Amino acid sequence: MARQAIIYIIQTRGVSMIKIIFKFISLTSISIFTASIIVAETPKHGGTLVWSIGTTPRHLNPAVQSGIATGEPGAQLFATPLRFDENWNPQPYLAKSWEISVDGLTVTLNLEEDATFHDGEPITSKDVKFSINTIKANHPFKTMFTAVKKIETPDKHTAVIKLSKPHPALLLALSSQLGAIIPEHIYGDGQDAKKHPRNSDKVVGSGPFKLVEFVRDQHIILERYDGYFIKERPYVDKIVIRIIKDPAARALGRKNGEILLSTFESTPQDINHSKQISYLTASDKGYAAIGPITWLAFNTKSKPTSDKRVRQAIAYAVDRDFLVNAVMMGTSLPAYTGFHPGSVFHDPNVERYDLDLDKANTILDEAGYARASDGTRFKLNIDFGWPAARSMAEYIKPQLKKIGIDVTVRQSPDFPSWAKRISTWEFDMTVDVVFNWGDPVIGVHRTYLCNNVKKGVIWSNTQQYCNPEVDAILEKAGMENNQQKRVSLYSQAQKIISQDLPIYFTHTVPYHTIYNHTKLGNPPSTIWGTSSPLDEIYLK
Amino acid sequence: MQFISLTLKRVGFGVVLLLIVLILNFFLMHLAPGDIADTIAIDAGGADEEMMDAIRKDYGLDLPIWEQLLKYLAKVAVLDLGYSFYYNISVTDLILERLPATLLLVISAQLLAITVGVVLGVIAARNPQGITSHFVTVLALVGYSAPVFWTGIMLIILFSSILPIFPIGGLMDVSIEREGFAKMLDILHHLVLPSITLASIFVALYSRLARASMLDVLGSDYVRTAKAKGLSEFLVVYKHALRNALLPVVTMAGMVFSGVISGAVLVETVFSWPGLGTLAVQAILARDTPTILGILFFSSFVVVVANLLTDMLYRIIDPRIRTSND
Repeated sequence: MARQAIIYIIQTRGVSMIKIIFKFISLTSISIFTASIIVAETPKHGGTLVWSIGTTPRHLNPAVQSGIATGEPGAQLFATPLRFDENWNPQPYLAKSWEISVDGLTVTLNLEEDATFHDGEPITSKDVKFSINTIKANHPFKTMFTAVKKIETPDKHTAVIKLSKPHPALLLALSSQLGAIIPEHIYGDGQDAKKHPRNSDKVVGSGPFKLVEFVRDQHIILERYDGYFIKERPYVDKIVIRIIKDPAARALGRKNGEILLSTFESTPQDINHSKQISYLTASDKGYAAIGPITWLAFNTKSKPTSDKRVRQAIAYAVDRDFLVNAVMMGTSLPAYTGFHPGSVFHDPNVERYDLDLDKANTILDEAGYARASDGTRFKLNIDFGWPAARSMAEYIKPQLKKIGIDVTVRQSPDFPSWAKRISTWEFDMTVDVVFNWGDPVIGVHRTYLCNNVKKGVIWSNTQQYCNPEVDAILEKAGMENNQQKRVSLYSQAQKIISQDLPIYFTHTVPYHTIYNHTKLGNPPSTIWGTSSPLDEIYLK
Repeated sequence: MQFISLTLKRVGFGVVLLLIVLILNFFLMHLAPGDIADTIAIDAGGADEEMMDAIRKDYGLDLPIWEQLLKYLAKVAVLDLGYSFYYNISVTDLILERLPATLLLVISAQLLAITVGVVLGVIAARNPQGITSHFVTVLALVGYSAPVFWTGIMLIILFSSILPIFPIGGLMDVSIEREGFAKMLDILHHLVLPSITLASIFVALYSRLARASMLDVLGSDYVRTAKAKGLSEFLVVYKHALRNALLPVVTMAGMVFSGVISGAVLVETVFSWPGLGTLAVQAILARDTPTILGILFFSSFVVVVANLLTDMLYRIIDPRIRTSND
């Protein structure tokens, strides 16, 4: 403090002494103020955390079910070998340490010795082997563990994962809601893991909280697991997750104090309204790993969007800043590529197609799309599948009118109808939202790989984009254990993709965590946010 | 005798109706784009081809549609509603889990609506051109024409936010454990706003109906006779006239009750009320065919039973039907 003040005084030579003294006092008082906050923030034990979510999970076993609905309670019930901090660094969790061999083909996990499942049985390397094999066989994200050849268990607390190729995505796949460690003595009874009755009833987990009750569409009640292997944690005695589908009801619940924590809130009005309430904080931290991005996807195989120049003209005509600042009311971040801005691999230095209507018109003129007598060059459809996407589609329509494209906005009656339409390629352009899911290998590659053009599968390469050069770079990056080299490979891929423009990336989904900061301490801030164990959160 | 044959006929119609409902809706669900494999992929944030094929095979969706229908009907014939695709539990269990909440909401809303509606209707009928009568009409129409989700949100804003007396939703407060009487009180506390919201649409219906039929009855001969006998106004209105005037109200209640599951959907959504309505919406969105068919089967069953019961109630209230039919 004193040193800081001296430097400050030296830097401000020439300013009147009174002013300096005044500044010094205010600096000191600020630091005292900060210090007192730090003192007050010693975590306390006890209390019930009431947390609202907007969707009901199918069941609670994240080893066989991905998605945020299962992921949030799943991460409380089940521990994973690793967890991540807010800067994408892996941290010990069930594995107190781990080593990756020089060739990248062997990953050794050294497990905590006194970790137990909620029924008191020890968590051993056999359970780790069983869990990874179960996930490999049943989890929708096949890319997480396809590289796993076999798992050896030399002793109870060592699991050695043998890989067929270097697989840096493994670390993220072993964290949060992706790599749940489940008890072999419960799920290894020969029943289909996807339909196992213990997925939602009498769940025996490995995480900081155990299940008391799960009532579909109503609530999930969790209780502190006293045998949790991290001493003194978790701080909260009980978590009540209330499933409330109506965003307005959730907003009122936060306002009157019934709800202390809401997650995955994405309505700009609700987020901005919360920011005006003195006791609420709305934060977009904790969604970098999920990495949700909104974009305008093109059908690159049907005319006229198969013409790159048409896609470029459209991109120049759509104002990303308007989408971020007006449509999303400043709650989103601009997205320039298919990597979430919070990702270490995100490279913003790509072709951005900032608004330029003249350029858009010139491109279309030069490409030979002449205007008819009514000023129209051609017609296009834009699809959207959920109510929140309407405003973006409705904005794009008049915007493209300016460059002579007559756009019809097509709303699908519900989400599955939209998914069917897009996955069977019956579209010109669509508003789409795709999640990164931690490592690019899991959630990013799938959008661009030539061999992932799969009819009928939503969030495959529905643009039907294919560039062998991009494929080669992605494949290489997926096996690159050197982080710096990996970053530069993904940077190359992002540059090529933005040139080819199968997708015009616009903005992030404005997921926010809204919480009552007068009552809640240590809100989740890691890359996985509330999709990771809430063993540090406490009630003031 | 006639009564029994009439009842049997009704039951026969009911069975045919159920069958038609099932077949029609089975095809309707198949017409909707997307199936359970798509919705599971959506929920999961992505999936691969083999997995989706495996799901379709697992749930028998790879079979020809006629075979799927016959298999399903064969199961329903032995009262097995099958397994929910989405939740992987038996549909019967799923419905029974949700039924109490819906029944509680619907019955309390109906009782409230009938009581308030009839009282308002009678008050209005006693002086049809008076200010009270007009006031009742306006009030009823406002309640009837306001969208139910709007009424719900307004009540939440008024009584959960501005005046925080009632909770914003849910069936009970699960953050504190309660047993017995305390739990009952807590549920009643949660029930107040949703049942008022749902009742608001029906108050109009019942009050207009009660008013009209009351006016009709008040002008009839036997009421004049009762008045001529020197009976008090109260006795004439509430004993002699009301009993007859209630008939259309009961008919309406029977009809309305059978349609309540659909009517409660919006109220259930606004108040996070864990009933059949929200389950039905979820099932449609998830393309969970067995669940949606199960709910439709169940609610058609309720319609048939409610109609039979209305008939019987008629006979209790109106002795004329009793003597003429038996």
